[in-house]
Amino acid sequence: MNDGGPAGRRSDVAGRSRRASRAPSRSTAIAVVSTVVVFSLLTLVVVNAPGWDKVQREFFNAENFQRSAPGIIAKFAVNVRLFLIAEVLILVWGLVIAVLRSLPGPVFLPIRIIATIYVDVFRAVPGVLVIFLLGFGIPGLAIPGVPNDPFLWAVVALTLLYSAYVSEVYRAGIESIHPSQTAAARSLGLSQFQALRYVVVPQAVRRVIPPLLNDFIGLQKDTVLVSFVGVVEIFRQSQIRQQASFNYTPYIVTALVFVVLTIPLARLTDWLVARERRRGAGGGPGDGDSARLAALETQAATRGTG
Amino acid sequence: MMGHSTEALRVEGLHKSFGRLEVLRGIDLVVGQHDVVALIGSSGSGKSTLLRCINLIEPIDAGRIVVQGEEITADGVDVDRIRRRIGIVFQAFNLFPHMSVLGNVTLAPRKVLRQSRSEAEAMASQLLERFGLADKRLEYPDRLSGGQQQRVAIVRALAMQPDLLLLDEVTSALDPELVAEVLNVIRDLAAGGMTMLIATHEMGFARDIASRVCFLDAGRILEAGPPAEIFSEPREERTRQFLQRVIDAGRL
Repeated sequence: MNDGGPAGRRSDVAGRSRRASRAPSRSTAIAVVSTVVVFSLLTLVVVNAPGWDKVQREFFNAENFQRSAPGIIAKFAVNVRLFLIAEVLILVWGLVIAVLRSLPGPVFLPIRIIATIYVDVFRAVPGVLVIFLLGFGIPGLAIPGVPNDPFLWAVVALTLLYSAYVSEVYRAGIESIHPSQTAAARSLGLSQFQALRYVVVPQAVRRVIPPLLNDFIGLQKDTVLVSFVGVVEIFRQSQIRQQASFNYTPYIVTALVFVVLTIPLARLTDWLVARERRRGAGGGPGDGDSARLAALETQAATRGTG
Repeated sequence: MMGHSTEALRVEGLHKSFGRLEVLRGIDLVVGQHDVVALIGSSGSGKSTLLRCINLIEPIDAGRIVVQGEEITADGVDVDRIRRRIGIVFQAFNLFPHMSVLGNVTLAPRKVLRQSRSEAEAMASQLLERFGLADKRLEYPDRLSGGQQQRVAIVRALAMQPDLLLLDEVTSALDPELVAEVLNVIRDLAAGGMTMLIATHEMGFARDIASRVCFLDAGRILEAGPPAEIFSEPREERTRQFLQRVIDAGRL
């Protein structure tokens, strides 16, 4: 959910490689020493805290861990199903909203307004509330023929919520494609929609894959929110175990499951961002275009007066 | 009626402003069938804007544009249908970077003219072959030189079999040693009878290839005539000054 994330990480990557290339062995040594010192200090502080023995018993109980882990991990299948189904729907619905918001011309103003309100509302309302409203509200209406399966409404709620964010990511991508691309497509006789469909959107999607992955990570974690409407998934399961044993270790199990899942995805995102950056620097299709255009304009200007 | 059949393009009283800046201030221009007309003039004189107006990329403020006897600036004209008949090649190529050369060339024939993939690819391959790009069919634009990219852009426009081709300073973005290959393509097209309107800074080229040269100055066509006349004995003082500057810059 953090829009500044990729950019911040990007500069971090650049800084690391620059320093590393200057003095590799020395900087590695510094990194190792400082890491060991910081982590040792943190461990010392925690372990020597007055309440550490109690916390260790209640949160890091090895026996409890072994007993609760299999059942909790098994319930993670529900979360996986939830975020995989929702992600597919989000990618489609988010793109639809982004395209609707990008339609030019006065005719489409009502559509743009509706799409904008949609995005504003679903970004403003806390996710838990949307899940509550759909998960309890719609079955509560008791309309004949409308299913009241909480899993279904959880999927719908997450899709509505995340599509609002994802549509903004798509829209940023669409707007980052230089207008000359649309001009070239339209000049060949493609309609506005065809230009979007075949020229602008394919380029935009490629460009926004890293931020989309970022939102995907957010979605994975937010699947635990659906436990509030009665879906027994990993968090609900760990809650059940916690209440049965009066021990918080099941929550640690759940946290670890998410860490194990999310870290590889985060590294993949970093790698994609770095690759995109290298391409941009290499005069690739994106930023190179505008640089080339700017160079041309100055060139043309000097030629005209010279 | 006779007049229409030999007239590829007629522009009458064309005005165009961007905000308060009046870029075109009453352009009148006729391009005959198979004519090659060169637009010369300094940057900002309105050459590119004129081409963009003819391609309906820019809406016009006043005047009319007639292509092959049909007024394309009339109300209710299907813009996409008109653009199919008018090709334009841009200074910055504007190839689609996510598509191969073949993809770039066949996109419009397939999606606009509804040709089958094999039909479009056969035609594209033939055109690419003709312009020495047969071995680049499957390359992506960023793997091509500027000259090759611009030739692909020309082929992409030709694949729509336009009645009229607009070239907007197509060599200005190229390294000097790559200019010739693109100019040769245009010569080839002119020899084949393609009707073209060419905005260019290449005065030598304009003199060689154009049947008529128009000198644009501050949004008007100040002087027009056969290249021999414009380049050797321009009537207008402004034309003389412009050509003198070009000669001083070593570009003629």
